[in-house]
Amino acid sequence: MDNPAAMVEQNLLLLLALAPFAGALLLTTLPRQAERRAALFSGLTMLASLGLLAGMAKSIASDNVLTVDIDWIPTLGLSLSLRVDGFVWLFATLVMIIGLLIVVYAGFYMKGKDRLPRFFGLLLTFTGAMQGILLSGNLIMLVVFWELTSLMSFLLIGFWHGSAAARDGARTALVLTASGGVCLLFAMLLIGQVAGSYQLDEVLKAGPEIQAHPYYGIILALFLIGAFTKSAQVPFHFWLPGAMAAPTPVSAFLHSATMVKAGIFLLVRFFPVLGGTELWFFAVTGIGMLTMTVGAVVALFRHDLKGLLAYSTISHLGLITALAGIGSTGAITAAIFHICNHAVFKASLFMVAGIIDHETGTRDMRRLGGLFRVMPITGSLAIVASAAMAGVPLLNGFLSKELFLAETVAWHNGTWLDDSLPYIAVVASAFSVAYSLRFVMSVFFGPLAKDLPKSPHEPAAWMRRPVELLVLICVLVGILPALTLGPSINAAARAVFGDDLPYYDIAIWHGINAPLLLSLVAFGVGILLYTTMARGIAAGPEGPPLLHRLRGQKLYDQVMLRGTWIWPRRALGWLSTDSLQPQLRLVVLVAFIVAFGSLWRNFHLAETLRQTAPSPGFALMWLVGGACAIGAAWQAKYHRFAALVMLGGAGVVTCLTFAWFSAPDLAVTQLLVEIITTTLLLLGLRWLPNRREEILRDTLMPARVRRGRDLFIAICSGMGITAIAYAIMTRPRIPNVGDWFLANAYHSGGGTNVVNVILVDFRAFDTFGEITVLAIVGLTVYALLRRFRPASESIDAPEQQSGNIANRLDDYLFVPSTIMIWMFPILIVVSAYFFFRGHDLPGGGFAAGVTMAIAFLLQYLATNVKWVEARLTVLPIHWMGIGLLIAVGTGIGSWIFGFPFMTAHARYVTLPLIGDVPFATALIFDLGVFALVVGATVLMLIAIAHQSLRAARMREQEEEASKEANKKKETPVWN
Amino acid sequence: MELILSGAIGVLAASGIWLILRPRSFQVIVGLCLLSYAVNLFIFSMGRLTPGAPPIMPKGGFVDPTLYADPVPQALVLTAIVISFATTALFLVVLIGLRGLTGTDHVNGKEKSEA
Repeated sequence: MDNPAAMVEQNLLLLLALAPFAGALLLTTLPRQAERRAALFSGLTMLASLGLLAGMAKSIASDNVLTVDIDWIPTLGLSLSLRVDGFVWLFATLVMIIGLLIVVYAGFYMKGKDRLPRFFGLLLTFTGAMQGILLSGNLIMLVVFWELTSLMSFLLIGFWHGSAAARDGARTALVLTASGGVCLLFAMLLIGQVAGSYQLDEVLKAGPEIQAHPYYGIILALFLIGAFTKSAQVPFHFWLPGAMAAPTPVSAFLHSATMVKAGIFLLVRFFPVLGGTELWFFAVTGIGMLTMTVGAVVALFRHDLKGLLAYSTISHLGLITALAGIGSTGAITAAIFHICNHAVFKASLFMVAGIIDHETGTRDMRRLGGLFRVMPITGSLAIVASAAMAGVPLLNGFLSKELFLAETVAWHNGTWLDDSLPYIAVVASAFSVAYSLRFVMSVFFGPLAKDLPKSPHEPAAWMRRPVELLVLICVLVGILPALTLGPSINAAARAVFGDDLPYYDIAIWHGINAPLLLSLVAFGVGILLYTTMARGIAAGPEGPPLLHRLRGQKLYDQVMLRGTWIWPRRALGWLSTDSLQPQLRLVVLVAFIVAFGSLWRNFHLAETLRQTAPSPGFALMWLVGGACAIGAAWQAKYHRFAALVMLGGAGVVTCLTFAWFSAPDLAVTQLLVEIITTTLLLLGLRWLPNRREEILRDTLMPARVRRGRDLFIAICSGMGITAIAYAIMTRPRIPNVGDWFLANAYHSGGGTNVVNVILVDFRAFDTFGEITVLAIVGLTVYALLRRFRPASESIDAPEQQSGNIANRLDDYLFVPSTIMIWMFPILIVVSAYFFFRGHDLPGGGFAAGVTMAIAFLLQYLATNVKWVEARLTVLPIHWMGIGLLIAVGTGIGSWIFGFPFMTAHARYVTLPLIGDVPFATALIFDLGVFALVVGATVLMLIAIAHQSLRAARMREQEEEASKEANKKKETPVWN
Repeated sequence: MELILSGAIGVLAASGIWLILRPRSFQVIVGLCLLSYAVNLFIFSMGRLTPGAPPIMPKGGFVDPTLYADPVPQALVLTAIVISFATTALFLVVLIGLRGLTGTDHVNGKEKSEA
């Protein structure tokens, strides 16, 4: 299709698919008070969509199929494709018309405190998702939209999330429909595999292949579970009544034209692919008829208006499902017709129920009555709509029901189910007449209800307009079917079956025939049922006698309770522990066993050991280092400070080792980090409790056994690591990627310090990830400490700051602190020095950043928090943010020059006073690293340092409180 | 040299592991520090020990990789040092928070028979 008209239509189609989402996005930007604007925007979006659909109408009427294909991941065969034919067009128009009316209705129904922009945003997204199901030309895309409707309906049903019923209803709906969606996904994947394509056009042609395939049974089962959960077919129907906790406009939308109809849409759409077999007939028609009957029977016994409508919806969905199961051309036409009719009258009835609820404050039919006197217009509308629901002649419901009855009577395949269809249909119809009667009679007639929560009167005119329009449609379609819906229905049926389908004339009068007689019987029985049972029902429980005890909801609740709460917790009780030590022990043991197991029998040393000449200095150094490590382990419990000093000793020896074996960068960084870590731990020591030496249990036998076991594990692990380290270190060196880095660092990285070049150029992306981690840790530390409350015994000022000692220590550490203050500019220079030489000589962003952080830290140590912050404004979060931005910016900068992300460019520039400086874009990246390291480190240190302020504040508060308490005691009481 | 260093790694690791199995949070934090020294040294030593040949290149000309220390483990360890500092800080804060919230410095948040 290369002609301009086709291009225009394709663009219309794209716009149509995007419009609701764009509208929803716009709505999210509105403030929560903008209620009118929110309603207006969403109404306009729906109107625009209707306009777009109207723009396609002409082309659709001549049986064109409009498609748009956009390649998304061509290598995987994934494309975004949209597709509109007559069926989809009719359905989408229905969704948009009802949607528009719902928006008008909701604009008056929802209250100001309900955050309307959010509500309409969700509603539009839901509409977009529903429309996405209809428009999808690709199976996978269809499933994605399918799940999106489940998600959005979850949010809509639970919109009043303050109420437990809404939350439960929303959760049940989500669990059921989303699990159905998973089944559908598998079904679609299998269909795609069997048909060889995921494009709907291809799949629709592949019906015979799929039905002949051995997987047909499983495909059908999965597919039907998906469709039935969505369309609330027995036994998955119970989520629908639960979803009645939603705001009424949502119920009116979800349960008339959308959500539940999605399943029906799928059944009709895929009838040519999967349908027509005996299996399909029994499963779909059988479940459909069962649902229709159960729904109709239960509906009669519900006292809640919306509950009645919910079960009535289930029943009507069953009817349509049954038609889809029969699958003759007449049945599918009837199904499409009834989809429209049901949407129209059910939406209007839900709106009426909402109006009644809104005006009287209750939906309980036992409390309502005689409302016709105070709400004559609403009452008349409700009566017409209920009559359509019951299938009274001259209304739309009658026509589609006649078609349905005609199909049940017609011969299809002569099985027992086929033969019994008319009887089941009459029973269900009778009940539907009875519940429609009950709806009208108990609400609008009889004595006027007293003591209602509100005094009822007609609603705002605009709240009624949508109902009026819908009822008008009921009547118009009912009287003039051939002029109104006839052509569209036929176009839709042709889209499902193919172009050569004969035109199906929908007429009001077919003469006196079997369907009409069945209808009359149903009316007679229905009226009889209601008149004899009305009293009994009102006095009875919420549901049919006996049957109300057997409810899917209860079963589901039990399964959920056991499956997601009781059993998992029991399993957790067996398999896990809250205690940290056993977990860590397990980690160490597993690591040890895995290493030991894989090295067992494979462990051997190299034939000629690579040995470096031993040096006594080095040995001596590690004698001290090892002693420090063991000492720290020994003393960490009772002598924390000593342990900390020894930890530092081990760290310094590690640092010297790096220097010894040609890793100056590591040595510098390790030394600086060592300083920071030690300071941090020193700051932390202040908040730990005093340790009493004489904990009795420590000396008991079990404690000794535990310690002995842990010591054994530790020694074995240590020996294992030693063995592995020795075995590898003594192997000859093999050429590796490092050689490439060495050879190319200067040539293509522009720096002579290979380690730095790797970090900021060759593997800059890794470094970027790593500094991001650092930023996250910094923020986490900050966030955790914001809520921190020190333990009560740590609140008191430390000994050095309290009492007489404080006076004596006025000049506490005077000389060192003066020196530390003076060090500030010097450290900044050192930091700059590290930074600029980094690319060529040991140093770099990390080292410079930590040095800079130490400069700040020294200021805090030398004086106190208040002194520093009165003179220095440190904004660590800004440092971090700017650092990250610089790093990303450098990476993105390479895109501008047409290189991949984080490609670096290198050259030397001459700066005044400093001389030749290696200036690579990597240097800018390193600047980002620097800024981020400064920010994150300082943020953590400051966060911990500020705890002392908080403790001081708490101390002051306590003192004040005690002072006031004393005052009260001292004040004499005169009365 | 190799023997000394691998022995040292073992001693650091054993001390660290023993400490992380202890019940007091301060012991665990010191243990983690020691363990991170051990692991950093271990990774570093995977590039073999080459004294006196830091990976600083001449400006231009042919480079013989065998004359220099392996830069890859060094780059790995450099980032590891910074990250282990970050995790130590995080753990310290959790330790302080735990102490403030539960009133004990036992790793489980409550005093238990396990000493």
